[in-house]
Amino acid sequence: MSDRDVATQGPSGLSLFLYKTKKSFGTPMPYLAFVGIGLWLFTYWLLNEQLKISPFNKIPGPAEVLTEWFSQDPIWGTSLFTEDYWQNIKASCLRILIAFSLATGLGVPLGLFMGWSKKFKDYTFPVLELLRPIPILAWVPLSIVMFQSFEAPILFLATLASFFVTTLNTMLGVQSIDESYFRAAGCLGSKRRHVFIHVVLPGSLPFVFTGLQISIGVAWFSLVAAEMISGEFGLGYMINASYMVNKYVTMVMAMLTLGFVGWITSAMVRAAGSQMMQWREKALGQGGA
Amino acid sequence: MTETSILMEVKNVFKAFGEDWEREKVVENLNLDIKRNQLTAIVGPSGCGKSTVVNLLAGFESPDSGQIMMEGGAVSGPSKDRLVVFQETALMPWLTTYQNVTFGPKLRGDMPARSLKEAADRIIDTVGLREFKDKYPLQLSGGMQRRAELARALINQPLVMIMDEPFRGLDAMTRQLMQEFYLRLCEEEARTNVFVTSELEEAIILADSLVVLSNRPTTVREVIQIDLPRPRNLNMLSSPEAYDYKRHAMEMLHEEALKSFSGTESGSDFLKSYAQQP
Ligand SMILES: Nc1ncnc2c1ncn2[C@@H]1O[C@H](COP(=O)(O)OP(=O)(O)OP(=O)(O)O)[C@@H](O)[C@H]1O
Ligand SMILES: [Mg+2]
Repeated sequence: MSDRDVATQGPSGLSLFLYKTKKSFGTPMPYLAFVGIGLWLFTYWLLNEQLKISPFNKIPGPAEVLTEWFSQDPIWGTSLFTEDYWQNIKASCLRILIAFSLATGLGVPLGLFMGWSKKFKDYTFPVLELLRPIPILAWVPLSIVMFQSFEAPILFLATLASFFVTTLNTMLGVQSIDESYFRAAGCLGSKRRHVFIHVVLPGSLPFVFTGLQISIGVAWFSLVAAEMISGEFGLGYMINASYMVNKYVTMVMAMLTLGFVGWITSAMVRAAGSQMMQWREKALGQGGA
Repeated sequence: MTETSILMEVKNVFKAFGEDWEREKVVENLNLDIKRNQLTAIVGPSGCGKSTVVNLLAGFESPDSGQIMMEGGAVSGPSKDRLVVFQETALMPWLTTYQNVTFGPKLRGDMPARSLKEAADRIIDTVGLREFKDKYPLQLSGGMQRRAELARALINQPLVMIMDEPFRGLDAMTRQLMQEFYLRLCEEEARTNVFVTSELEEAIILADSLVVLSNRPTTVREVIQIDLPRPRNLNMLSSPEAYDYKRHAMEMLHEEALKSFSGTESGSDFLKSYAQQP
């Protein structure tokens, strides 16, 4: 490697992350985010615990929830310091990991082939379009009949929902690639498989990752719905179970936890996207997730 | 003296687009010779079908009737022997300048790694992008992108380089610099070039032979041999000879361009007002 190569290479990994984090504190962004969250909490508190306006007074207030959340000895039995809380998070995350990986592993290749080969698309697209509009909740009974267990139907529903989104976006991604890249590759002597690896794959990545962002959201949605209906552990189960026994504080805690965890997972998808699309990252001069 | 035998031959080519009931003839009765080691410039009014001619020459499209021959064989698809530099930049945005330049030889595997690296470095130097070889296309200016694309084509040593309005969309200054650069490049080493443009002056200063296309459906209106001395520079455009070429070709182009305005009401208004100009 020559000197020049070294000079043009910036920091990477953790040091790059720290650099970007440090840099972002020089911009209004993090402060505005804090102010926004603060304002929201304040409004919630005002409506709920201060003015006690209906219907806000029917739910637990922020102070109550936060106290419970950080309590070593929670009134309703669940907090950051109890085992079951972490067990539920772990169960949901593990399911998302499996469902999202399955959906991505199946959906991306399928979408790529559908976008790449007209014939393959003609076979598969009508089936996809027929199944895709069926709301995921309509699959619940069928999945319970199919898999006579707690775990499998949940995984199936989350995977299915996420798979549809990923496949469709990937296919659109391939179709969005400008014809001139195919032509350029063609006259430079690419074979069909070269075109797939060097044009179709990288060219569709921006759409693929937009799709994955949506798809992980959809995966969470269907996962929680499934966990609420038939579940053992998981944040959706936690919401439903505490609702059944009137533990509203625990219920709100689980909801907020879902918000946090969902945010983290989409940030991870975003980060993976920028990692794989350096060319876009550099040109747009954007920061990390 | 360099050899100037015929390399490509376009014979009676016809091409139309669209469904039967709204068929639009774009190329009709096109006959054209591309000579070895010459720069054949093709000018024509906007929208006349220049890019279509490029696509036919490159093999991206095939003629509805007629033939395109290269060294005795019919052109049947794209090949690295006929490289196209596109109207819109077609550098792969996900590859660096260096990776873009080496894209073709790497895929074909027809150059040993050592000599490929040397050739790539040399060509990137020639187009003045040494500092930018590890940058991505979106990080380059418009002019740099055009040069990177030139480099990507040149490294394959094609039998003919086909350029479709390669400097369109560049600002006037950059465009001039690119023209000078390209002139130097062509004069340093003999190459066969087809250079499509809608800028007459650009065509005259670069060309050995200037092909004027008619309006749609396009055909060759006239081929003018440009006998300006070489090496050339942009100042020669103000010479009397260049002026004569320019006036002659301009007259034809005007006639052709105006044809696309006739037939409509606003078009004939335009023609009238145009005729009143001194
Ligand atoms: N693939 C295609 N399908 C249908 N029509 C086409 C196709 N390619 C070109 N045409 C038509 O052919 C005509 C000529 O287009 P072309 O792009 O070749 O012109 P051009 O001279 O290169 O124009 P410009 O000066 O804008 O670059 C246009 O009317 C266009 O609509
Ligand atoms: Mg064109």
